[in-house]
Amino acid sequence: MSSVATSRRRLAFSRFWGSFRQERAGMAGLVLLVVAVVLALVAPLFIDDSVTSVVRATGKPWAAPSLDHPFGTDESGRSILLMVWWGSRTSLLIGFLAALLSIVIGMVVGIAAGHFRGWIGAVLMRVTDWFLVLPSLITALVLAAILGGSTLTIIMAIGVTTWPSTARLIRAQTLSVEARPYIERSKALGGGHWHITTKHVLPNVAPLLLASTTLEVASAIVTESTLAFLGVSSNKTSWGTMLRASYDFGAPTKGAWWYILIPGLCILAVVMAFTLVGRALEAVLNPRLRKAGA
Amino acid sequence: MTTPLEAAEPAVQAAGSGDDRPAYRGTLKYALSKVGGALFSIAMVIVGTFFVFRLLPGDPVRNLAQGRNMTPTQLALERHRLGLDKSLIDQFFDFVGKTLHFDLGTSYEYKRPVLELIGERFPATLLLAGGGLVIAVSLGIWQGARAGWQRGSRFDRVSTGVSLVLWSMPTFWLGLLLLMVFGVGIGPIPGLFPTRGIESVDAPDGFAYVLDVANHMVLPCLTLVAVVYAQYLLVMRSSLLEEVGQDYVNVARAKGLRDEEVRRRHAVPNALLPTVTLVFMRIGFVVGGAVTVETIYSWPGLGQLFYEAIRVPDFTLMQGTFMLITVSVILMNTLADVVYHIIDPRVRSA
Repeated sequence: MSSVATSRRRLAFSRFWGSFRQERAGMAGLVLLVVAVVLALVAPLFIDDSVTSVVRATGKPWAAPSLDHPFGTDESGRSILLMVWWGSRTSLLIGFLAALLSIVIGMVVGIAAGHFRGWIGAVLMRVTDWFLVLPSLITALVLAAILGGSTLTIIMAIGVTTWPSTARLIRAQTLSVEARPYIERSKALGGGHWHITTKHVLPNVAPLLLASTTLEVASAIVTESTLAFLGVSSNKTSWGTMLRASYDFGAPTKGAWWYILIPGLCILAVVMAFTLVGRALEAVLNPRLRKAGA
Repeated sequence: MTTPLEAAEPAVQAAGSGDDRPAYRGTLKYALSKVGGALFSIAMVIVGTFFVFRLLPGDPVRNLAQGRNMTPTQLALERHRLGLDKSLIDQFFDFVGKTLHFDLGTSYEYKRPVLELIGERFPATLLLAGGGLVIAVSLGIWQGARAGWQRGSRFDRVSTGVSLVLWSMPTFWLGLLLLMVFGVGIGPIPGLFPTRGIESVDAPDGFAYVLDVANHMVLPCLTLVAVVYAQYLLVMRSSLLEEVGQDYVNVARAKGLRDEEVRRRHAVPNALLPTVTLVFMRIGFVVGGAVTVETIYSWPGLGQLFYEAIRVPDFTLMQGTFMLITVSVILMNTLADVVYHIIDPRVRSA
């Protein structure tokens, strides 16, 4: 029984991979993503925290890009290249974890709201709608400002304010899955709430979750950088805190374009990559779009 | 505009509940339920704000005093003045009562009532966010409709590509770039526009003043529009794609209407409605953008006030602006829901 399901899923996955490979933009995004993640992971093999240390700066302050410092230096002579590389770890980590938190909350609430009709579902949807109208950036700013800007609280602030759209999406999908006859069969055979939600609903909503996770990571990275720019983030070097420093130390008036351009381009590239992958996933997984595209 | 609505009418009647109540009564009932929901949401915002701001680590009085030296007597006096020596429940009812009377407390930084500060800053934000929103919505809808109609054309690919890039861009980064290139000037490009504030130090009077403000508004507005319009474009595009294959579009074509007329008079009005709701549903996003933009360009609006409150940090001010912004967003959403219900007969049956 389970081997049948496994082989069927493997087949479905290879079919999915086949059509994903057709999406040129999605593949480009995926390649870019893998490069960024690998670079962030191997960074400790080459550099360490000292690249962000003010006292051990290697160059002159505000040096334009040169052979020594390909992307120039900042206000205390630290190399932008190395800072960006090291900062990618914080930015990506926060992006991934915040998205994960947001998706997990959204998934649990969404499946529960779709599975338990009646008052539980109604209350959950009320709460979701309430969170949905809250301006998420403003709320995240307040939470981060109150709880202090450590990496953990930033992750929480982003996760807690961004889950409702996922919850709505997953609820709609859960409702449509639960209307299918095999759910009735499973109930008739004695399947409980846990069995139905984890064995039948979850595998069916998983592809959608994947697509929305990718998009969520993109927006979490932007939110993290915005929070850092608005000054509620910790002092850990990230792309956002670098841009904050560039603004604080007057890079725009000093004409230090490299200081502004490079961290921003990193954010843009990674966010674009996630967005492209997410959109390609949606296109592959949503049969209505696929038909329209043919 | 009338034709597509007529086209949708029979479906409504068929799907309607079948009773002969006048339509406005249904709308009224709907509006009342939405307003009730909004009031509930606002109540939750007030309750939520109270508890979140009590989560602050440490002693609230010391937090408010920002580490200024105070004798124990002063601390006790201050605690009594703020009502912090009462029980949590009494504090809660105090807070709710004051908020309902629009008493948002006194800012520690400015030593003035929060509501007064908000009132001063509100017009600037309305000008920037309102102006930006109007431009972004018209631009997004116009381009999105064209892109969706000619799916896969060069116009579609370019505008979708550009909007995806802009959408991925953090607002503040675009602001910094524009500030550097067009405000300060770089290389051969001289600084073209003012970089901060809403008016010159020696602001002229009359019409010249309007021009002065408009000149100051160029860069902030441009930044806000660039980041916001992209999502409207994408939504309008996909919303129009839904309409392209519909029967009534084919009928319109079969009648012999020109392509442009089918788009403008039949497809676009129908695609417009979901887009317009979305504009209001995502108003919080624009507000978030306004905070960032106002910070970068020192635009003396609510967003900058909120940012200053966070930087100091001035918790009374933060709490007041947060509640005001959130409540306005909730009200806008409710308004959108009700208006949508009135202008689109299709949702009434749903």
